[in-house]
Amino acid sequence: MKFTVNWLKDHLETEATAEEIGERLTMIGLELEGIEDPAAKLAPFTVARVKEAKRHPDADRLSVCIVETNRGEVQVVCGAPNAKTGMMGVFAPAGSYVPGTDHTLKKGVIRGQESNGMLVSEREMGLSDEHEGIIELPADAEIGTPFATLLGLDDPMIEIAITPNRGDCLGVHGVARDLAAAGLGRVKPFDRSPLAGSFESEIKWRRDLPDGLAAACPYVAGRTFRNVINGPSPKWLQDRLKAIGLRPISALVDITNYVTYDLGRPLHVFDADKLNGDPTMRMARDGEEILALDGKTYQLDSEMVVIADEAGIQGIGGVMGGELSGCTAETTNVFLEVALFDPVRVAATGRRLGIHSDARYRFERGLDPVSAQWGVEVAARLVEELCGGEASEVVSAGTLPEESRAIDYRIARTASLGGLEVAEAKQSEILETLGFGVAAGSEAGRLQVQVPSWRPDIEGEACLVEEVLRITGYDAIPQADLPRESALPHAVLTPRQRHVTAARAALAWRGLDETVTYSFLSDSLAQLFGGVPDALRLVNPISADLDVMRPAILPNLGAAAARNSDRGLGDSALFEIGPQYRDDTPTGQDLVAAVVRAGEIGPRHWDRAQRPADAYDAKGDALAVLAAVGAPVDKLQITDDAPAWFHPGRSGVLRLGPNVLANFGELHPRVLRALDLRATAAAAEIFLERVPLSKAKGGRRKPALELSAFQPVERDFAFLVDQEVAAESLVRAAKSADKQLITAVSVFDHYAGKGVDPGKKSLAIAVTLQPRDKTLTDPEIEAVASTVVAQVIKATGGSLRG
Amino acid sequence: MEHLDSLRSDLLDQVSGAADLAALEAVRVGALGKKGRVTQLMKTLGGLAPDERKATGQALNALRDEVAGALDGRKTALEDAALEASLVNDRIDVTLPARPAEPGRIHPISQTIEEIVAIFGEMGFTVAEGPHIEDDFHNFEALNIPAEHPARQEQDTFYLPERPDGTRQVLRTHTSPVQIRTMQATQPPIRIIVPGRTFRADYDATHTPMFHQVEGLVVDESTHMGHLKGTLIEFCRAYFGVDDLPVRFRPSYFPFTEPSAEVDIGCTREGGEFKIGAGDDWLEILGSGMVHPKVLENCGIDSTRYQGYAFGMGIERIAMLKYGIGDLRTFFDSDLRWLKHYGFVPLEAPSLVRGL
Repeated sequence: MKFTVNWLKDHLETEATAEEIGERLTMIGLELEGIEDPAAKLAPFTVARVKEAKRHPDADRLSVCIVETNRGEVQVVCGAPNAKTGMMGVFAPAGSYVPGTDHTLKKGVIRGQESNGMLVSEREMGLSDEHEGIIELPADAEIGTPFATLLGLDDPMIEIAITPNRGDCLGVHGVARDLAAAGLGRVKPFDRSPLAGSFESEIKWRRDLPDGLAAACPYVAGRTFRNVINGPSPKWLQDRLKAIGLRPISALVDITNYVTYDLGRPLHVFDADKLNGDPTMRMARDGEEILALDGKTYQLDSEMVVIADEAGIQGIGGVMGGELSGCTAETTNVFLEVALFDPVRVAATGRRLGIHSDARYRFERGLDPVSAQWGVEVAARLVEELCGGEASEVVSAGTLPEESRAIDYRIARTASLGGLEVAEAKQSEILETLGFGVAAGSEAGRLQVQVPSWRPDIEGEACLVEEVLRITGYDAIPQADLPRESALPHAVLTPRQRHVTAARAALAWRGLDETVTYSFLSDSLAQLFGGVPDALRLVNPISADLDVMRPAILPNLGAAAARNSDRGLGDSALFEIGPQYRDDTPTGQDLVAAVVRAGEIGPRHWDRAQRPADAYDAKGDALAVLAAVGAPVDKLQITDDAPAWFHPGRSGVLRLGPNVLANFGELHPRVLRALDLRATAAAAEIFLERVPLSKAKGGRRKPALELSAFQPVERDFAFLVDQEVAAESLVRAAKSADKQLITAVSVFDHYAGKGVDPGKKSLAIAVTLQPRDKTLTDPEIEAVASTVVAQVIKATGGSLRG
Repeated sequence: MEHLDSLRSDLLDQVSGAADLAALEAVRVGALGKKGRVTQLMKTLGGLAPDERKATGQALNALRDEVAGALDGRKTALEDAALEASLVNDRIDVTLPARPAEPGRIHPISQTIEEIVAIFGEMGFTVAEGPHIEDDFHNFEALNIPAEHPARQEQDTFYLPERPDGTRQVLRTHTSPVQIRTMQATQPPIRIIVPGRTFRADYDATHTPMFHQVEGLVVDESTHMGHLKGTLIEFCRAYFGVDDLPVRFRPSYFPFTEPSAEVDIGCTREGGEFKIGAGDDWLEILGSGMVHPKVLENCGIDSTRYQGYAFGMGIERIAMLKYGIGDLRTFFDSDLRWLKHYGFVPLEAPSLVRGL
C-alpha cells in the first residue's frame, strides 16, 4: 500500500513528518516498507537570481554570470542563449548530481573564466527534453527555495505492508483512522452524503444467481452519467497516481483507481453505449470467455461470478472488467458498478485465472459492505467534478447485508491475556477512535463493543485486546518471566532425540563432515535407490531436479560427493542424519543416519599410505553409530543381502533377526556411474528408530567390575579355510571352545595368494584365555587350544595351518 | 709390595684406556676374572705366612675394590657416551606433520538447534517433533487458515498428488502442525519447542525450497503476552550473547495467534559493517502471539479456561546472523570447504551453564 504524505493529510489533520508517520505506522502494525522522497535527489537545486550576465571575454556563445544563491554569490559560465541579467533560474552548485545528464558537477575554468556550478535546463533536471535554454522562473520566486518545492515534488511517498486481516487499510482513509487512534492527529470524515440524481437511469442492475449462491454477490449499485468528457485527469490526480506507481489513463479510469486507493473501494465504469441491455450479476457458464482490460482472454467456469449483458460477459466479478465495454476517450455515457462479492469466491477466481488486480486484492481481504452505498456517491461527485455531465439516480440490485456484531468484552483481558492493564476509559477511547461502538456491558468490568462494518477481521475478545494493545503500543507491556515448573529443568530430549546427538558426535569423531541436504531429489536419482511411490511425487516441484521425496539419503550424499569432486575435492566423507520417506502418511517417514565416503581415506601423509574407502570403513561407521545409540552390537548378525544400490559382493546388513539396523558396503558401480562419481565410494545407512530402546531397569548403574588376579594367556592360531567361509563363523566356533575361559577372539591376519592354495584363504586368530581362580597349567592351555582347533575345523571344514 | 703398586697403576691405566664396552670387559676379565691378575694374586694368599697374608690380603682387597670401582665408573661413562651418540643418531625431524586424526564438523543447523534447545530447556520446554508430510487439517485448517485465505496463498505450498478421496497431502509449510498434534495428544500445561524441516515452493537469494524453523508453544491457564515478551527477550539475549540486546515487539498478523507480534532485534550497519546489538536499526527475526482461541478449540482444548503463546523463527536466519554466514543457499550445498569453515568441532554439547 502506497500513498503520499499530502494525500494522507486529506484524511488526517496532522503536523507529523513522514518519518514520524512511518515510525508510528510500524508500531501499530502497519509496517513501514520505505519512504521515498522525490525531493531528496533534487535537494541541491535551488532558486537563484542572475545578478549580472555578461559576454564571456573569449567566447561568443558563452556568458559569465554572477549568480545570487542561498549560499552567497558565485560565478558561473553559462552557454544558454537566454541567460540574462535579472532573471530567476535554478542553480546547482559544484558537487551536485545532475539527473538529466547523469553526471556530477565539478568546479571548472572555461576559457579562463572560473565556473562554480550550473544554471540548469529542464532536460538537465530530467523534467523534459527542453534544452533550448535554462529554466526561467517568475520574478517573484524566492532565492533559496528548493526547486522540488516549486515543482510540487516535496511530497514523500510512504509504502507500508498490509497484513491480510487489514483490508480496511488498503485505502488511505483507513490508514488515517489508525494513525488518529494512535494519537497522530484527527481523522477527517469524507463526504458520503447522497448526491441527488437528475434523471432515472435507463440501465438497471440485475442479479440472476441460483439458489444458495446469493452471497456470491449480495448487492450491487450504480448510476448512469450522461454527457461526460473523458479527457485526461487533472494534474493533482495524475501526480498522486504517478507517485504510487500507477499510470494515469483517462479521467474516468483514474477516478476508479483513485477511489480504490483513497477509500479502499474498487469501482468499475462501463461505457454505457457499449452495453447491450441491463448488466446482470450471474455465474459464468463453463467455457465462456472474456477479453479483459489487461488485453488477455480468460476462460471462465461456473464457480465464477461475472457481469454479463445480452452480448456476453463484460466483467469478472471483483477481479477485472472487460475490454469491450470499457471506457475510452470517446466515451460520453457511463454506467457505474459498485458491488459486493464473496471474498472467498473472488480469491478462488483470481487464483484460478492468475489475475492479480487491485480490485481482487481488496475484495479477497474483505470490503466494508457499507462502501457499496457511499461508493456511488463518492464516485458521482468525482465524475461530475472531473468529467462534467450529469448523474442519474442510484440503481441497485440485491440487499446490503445488515450485519451487526457486538462483543461482550471483559476489559481485564488486556491484563490477563495481554499482560498490560489499561484503564477502562482509555480502552473505550481507543476503540471509539477506531470506529467501534462502545456501550456499558452486561456487568461491571465489561463493555458492549460494536464492531464497525469495515472490520470483518474482529471476531472476539482476543481481537479487541489486540486493538487496545497495538494502539497503546506493545512496548508498554512489561516483560514477565515464565514461571518455573520445577526448581531444575527436566530432560529436554527423549531418548530417541538423544540418539541423534550421539550418532552425530560418533560420526564426526570418525572424521566425517555433517551435511544437510534437501528432502527431495530427482526421480531419476531416486530410481537408483528403490524409486518412490506415486504418492511421493511433488505436484509442483520448483525444478525437475527436485521432484520426488527422497526414498533414501544416500543419493543426495553421493551427488554431494560428486559435486565436491568436480571442485577438485575428490576425497570426501559426509554424513547426514535426517528423514527419508516411504509413503505420505504421518508414519511414513524414517530417521536415518547416512554416510558416504568417496575417494581415499584420510589426507596424503608421509607416514601413511592412502587407500580407497571400502566396505570396512562403512561397517565401522555403522557400528560406531549403533554403539553410540546403545544397540547391542555384540549380538548383531551380519548378512550379505544389502539393497541393490550396494556392490553385491562388497556389502552387508547388520541386523537383529528380521530387524535390519543398518546397511553398509561399497556403492554399486552402476550407481557410482549414474552419480558421476569417478572414485569408488563406501556407504552406510543406519535406521536409528529401529534400534531397541534399552529398558534401563537399574537406572544407569553398571554391572560390577570383575578383576581377575591371574594373567590372561594369549594363543595364536592360523587356519586354512575355503574362500567362502565367513570369518565371523570361524571366530564364533573358536569362542564356543570354552565360553568361560575364552574372553576374546580377534582376527589379526587374513591372507590369500602365493603360498595358499587357490580357492582357500588363511585366517589367523588370537584367542585370549582369562583364568579366574588359578593360574593355568600348560596341559590345561593345550587342552583348550586343541578344542579351539577341533571346533574351528568342525565348523568351517578348514585345517590348522602348519 | 712394590709390584702391587705397579699392578694397580697398570690396571687403572687399562680401565681408563678402554675405548668401548667390549675393551672394558676384556680389562675386567684380565683383572678380576677367574684368571685375572688380581684373582691370581688372591689365590697365592694361602701360601703366605699368617701375618703377611693379612697385610697382603688387605692390600689386594683394596686393589680389587678400587679396580672394580674404576671399571664401574668407566662403564657408566662409556654407556653415557654410547647413549649420547645413539641419541644423536635417533634424531628425527620434528617439523614433519603428525599423523592425521581430524574430527569432522557439525553442520551449523545442528549446532544452532542444539543451542536453541539448550536455552529453552532451561526454561522448562521439551522438544517435540512431527511428520514433514502433513494433511490440510494440521497444516492449515486447525491453524485457522481456511482454504482461499490470503495467508494460505502467501505460503507457496508444495503439494503431493490428490488421493482417491480428493484430499491432498502437503509438505508442511511451517512447524506449526506439531502444535496441533501436541495439543490433540496432551492436555495443558504444555511447553514445547519444535525444531525441524519446513518447505515452501520458492527459490531465490533469500529463499530455499527447504529450510528449518523452530516453533514454541506454551498453553496453561495464565501465560500472557508479558511472558511471551520475557521468554523471547531472554532467548534473544542468550542466543546472541548480547546482554543488553534491544528487542522490539510490533503488532502483526498470523491467522493462528491473536494478538500477534513480530519481533525485531537491534542492529547497526554503521560503516557498512553489520552488527547485532544496540544501534539505530532493527532486524525482524521472528513471529509470535497468543494462541488463537479457535486453534485451541480445534484441538479440543477449552479456550475459556486455557490460553498461551506460540512463536516461530527461521533457524538458518538466526544462524546466519550469529555466525556471519552470508548466503542461505550455501547451507544445503554440501560444499566441503563451507562445511569445514562454518562447521563445529564436536567438542561439547551446547549448554547455557557452560556458555553458548
